[in-house]
Amino acid sequence: MIHRMLLVLVLLLPVAVVAKEAVPLAEDPQIEARVMALSANLRCLVCQNQALSASESDFANDVRREIRLMMKEGKSDQQIIDFLVQRYGDFILFKPPVKNITLLLWFGPLLLLLIGATILLLVLRHRNRSTEGSQRLSASEHQRAEALLQGQVTEREMTARDDSDEGHRA
Amino acid sequence: MIRQRLRYLVPLGLFVIMVGFLGRGLFLDPREVPSPLIDKPAPAFELNQLHNPQYRFASRDMLGQVWLLNVWASWCVSCRSEHPVLVQLSRQNIVPLYGLNYKDKPSDAIAWLNDLGDPYRLSTTDTDGRVGMDYGVYGVPETYVIDKQGIIRYKQIGPVTVEALKNTILPLVRELQAS
Repeated sequence: MIHRMLLVLVLLLPVAVVAKEAVPLAEDPQIEARVMALSANLRCLVCQNQALSASESDFANDVRREIRLMMKEGKSDQQIIDFLVQRYGDFILFKPPVKNITLLLWFGPLLLLLIGATILLLVLRHRNRSTEGSQRLSASEHQRAEALLQGQVTEREMTARDDSDEGHRA
Repeated sequence: MIRQRLRYLVPLGLFVIMVGFLGRGLFLDPREVPSPLIDKPAPAFELNQLHNPQYRFASRDMLGQVWLLNVWASWCVSCRSEHPVLVQLSRQNIVPLYGLNYKDKPSDAIAWLNDLGDPYRLSTTDTDGRVGMDYGVYGVPETYVIDKQGIIRYKQIGPVTVEALKNTILPLVRELQAS
């Protein structure tokens, strides 16, 4: 029995060796996960607007290899990001840092929203005021409305009468 | 009356400003990422020489001189189109040109130079691309103008053209040499 198990183990040995060779990058899954998480927020400079984690270009492979090495050396994510920004500039970050030059980028949309809201408020207030003014009826309009409400005359008769009034005047 | 006109002029004005910015954007090359290394010290390196691997070349050897560092590789297609310009430049003897042979096989690189001519004072071998990474190389060819104090003053991304040389690189080199 023991002999047979040993035999199986010996036979499986080459399989284990091959398996290890096939996945050299995943030797440390924890670091690999960190590499992928970090490079998801980094731009691949040769295949722009693709993330480093999603690219198979030489550039992306090199940078990922470098990130992996630095992580094995125990560098923090921030140290690695600083290293890359120093070489490739802020452009490598998908999320640009808040700086004087990026203020408009970050707060521009908010500024536009504020401008839009102000314009909307002004327009609404203006419209309100103009409708308020037209709501007040003059004395003759009042009389006319009163007559209509009491059903003494229909709208058509009223306009006919107005027309004939004007005809008289002419 | 003025208010009425403003209703049309203000949006029209905004539109014109927007078209201006967007139109400018059409003429920018998104592949040209401004290098953060401009006006910063060139990253120091020491590498084996391509033709004499037993000798080293260190960037600090170049202090006190204005020089060009050209990143190239035999596998790089645009390097081939750039090459005659560099050969021409080296004949003029205005500024020393050094090569950084980037992620290349030395035998391939030497064969390439034998084939097309060698414009470099010497080339260094950056086989694993680590020095290239320090310089923020992301597309080959790239060319750096480095001044007497070892500061990077200009970076040409992509091939050096006759125009770039005449209008930008050589005037800058002369200015730096004079200072």
